Amino acid sequence: MAWLKRNWLMIFAALAVIYMLLPIAVIIGFSFNDPAGRYNFTWVGFTLEHWKNAFGIPELNDALLKSLELAALATLIATALGTMIALALVRYEFFGRKASNFLIVIPMATPEVVIGAALLSMFLIYGISLGFVTLLIAHVMFCISFVVVVVRSRLIGFDRRLEEAARDLGADAFTTFRKVTLPLIMPGIVGAGMLSFALSIDDFVISNFNSGTTVTFPLYIFGAAQRGIPVEVNVIATMLFALTVVAMVFTIWQQARAEKLASIRPDQEGEPAVPVAATATSAASG
Amino acid sequence: MKRSKLTPYLLLAPGLLWLIVFFVIPLYYSGKLSLYGGSSLEEGFRFDWDWSNFSDSLSLYDTQFVRSLLYAGIATILCLLIGYPVAYAIAFKAGKWRNLFLFAVIAPFFTTYLIRTLAWETILSDESPVVSVLQTLHIVPEDGRVLATAPAVIAGLTYNFLPFMILPLYAALERVDERLIEAANDLYASGRTAFRKVTLPITAPGIVAGTLLTFIPAMGDYVNAFFLGGANNKMIGNTIQSLYITQRDYPSAAALSFVLMAGIMAIVFIYIRFAGSEALMGEEEAPA
Repeated sequence: MAWLKRNWLMIFAALAVIYMLLPIAVIIGFSFNDPAGRYNFTWVGFTLEHWKNAFGIPELNDALLKSLELAALATLIATALGTMIALALVRYEFFGRKASNFLIVIPMATPEVVIGAALLSMFLIYGISLGFVTLLIAHVMFCISFVVVVVRSRLIGFDRRLEEAARDLGADAFTTFRKVTLPLIMPGIVGAGMLSFALSIDDFVISNFNSGTTVTFPLYIFGAAQRGIPVEVNVIATMLFALTVVAMVFTIWQQARAEKLASIRPDQEGEPAVPVAATATSAASG
Repeated sequence: MKRSKLTPYLLLAPGLLWLIVFFVIPLYYSGKLSLYGGSSLEEGFRFDWDWSNFSDSLSLYDTQFVRSLLYAGIATILCLLIGYPVAYAIAFKAGKWRNLFLFAVIAPFFTTYLIRTLAWETILSDESPVVSVLQTLHIVPEDGRVLATAPAVIAGLTYNFLPFMILPLYAALERVDERLIEAANDLYASGRTAFRKVTLPITAPGIVAGTLLTFIPAMGDYVNAFFLGGANNKMIGNTIQSLYITQRDYPSAAALSFVLMAGIMAIVFIYIRFAGSEALMGEEEAPA
């Protein structure tokens, strides 16, 4: 009983972890299922058939490729625009700074259904046909704010004396930025890019409003849900999950190594690492 | 180092313009569209200050509004009740397990939102082991269903938005200086008093951020109600989605989405008046 009293918090947390991981286990488990009918809801038997046939459904492949293309483009644009905003907000005192901050926060505090509906309203009134371009516009729009938040958190811990040192050694403003500033804030930019990519590839609601006949991966799933989702969707979801885990572990390992290298140099105050988890934390806490 | 006064504006311009043109202006147009009259876009909806869209759609869909408020509210409270102890455990008790716990919290983000929700459909479906356990324990009647009920939708919302609660709470708890708690204990505060008087006030911004980040998306969500709620648990998001995309009754849909936005703004405004705004606005740090 005393043990229970001492450890109830950890037991509660462990139960919560099981709750968080249960659906993921179901997704992975059911990728090996051999369903009797069209619906992959009840466990029938183990098969590797769908793993062998992972890319055997043309519409699913097209949707997946469309999503990857969209996410890559949206990430590129949003990361560039968001990093520029973060630089302006952290480094300069200027008229309109508060208003700019407000404009960055508001999209994150707006339900997706409102964002999607508002964009569709504008496209309808102007008679703009929906498709890849309108999706790209929407995805860049909702990614920018998150990029700003992540890059800003990296810029705040930045030691400006490093830039001054570069200038003292005769580097011009552009060289200083390219050789000193950019490499130092790169982990923040990479983190922001990864977050954008994840947000874009996962987006359903806003895309649902502005896709026209273009089908992304989530939109394919939504369409297929009515007539029974093929097991291959679970297979691809499992692959994406594994890829993300590997990418995350690699990033954390790289950062830990970079920190170690940095700590060898003398007179280094040792800026705290920003692992992916912390990056996501700062993004989530807006 | 002297810098041109123009530099910050040049850096801001492209990104902020994107947000203005594709976020602020569309909000204006959805407001405008909600005042259009006429029967369809093809036959010519026209702008004619048709305020009846608001009164008609509000009286038609008031149940969905109230239901969204209720479901999102309950889900937010559940997230806080589950999330705070978990964040606390990760920050102070987890030790070497900390990274594993953090991984579990963000792992749901590594799979698609729709597939996660569909996994809940599997978990809560009639033949699932989870449901038979609930039936054996008489939490659910012998022949009762879980899928297509209000608790199923709330469970889905709670699950899907729990990380948005835990992460800001964890960020706030991690910053708590443990010496403050020790000091409280030295001054004869019980563990409970120290928590109530020290830890809780310090982490208040995290609670504000977490509840907002949970409540706002839950209020507008239609995916959980669509897959887990069946026909009788539609939320306002479902109504807006089907009016826009299936029924193409744009003016009513725009009116509803406008009311939803305004309602959330009002709730957020009142809430941060009581709870402080720093959590929502982010760090107001002065530039170096």
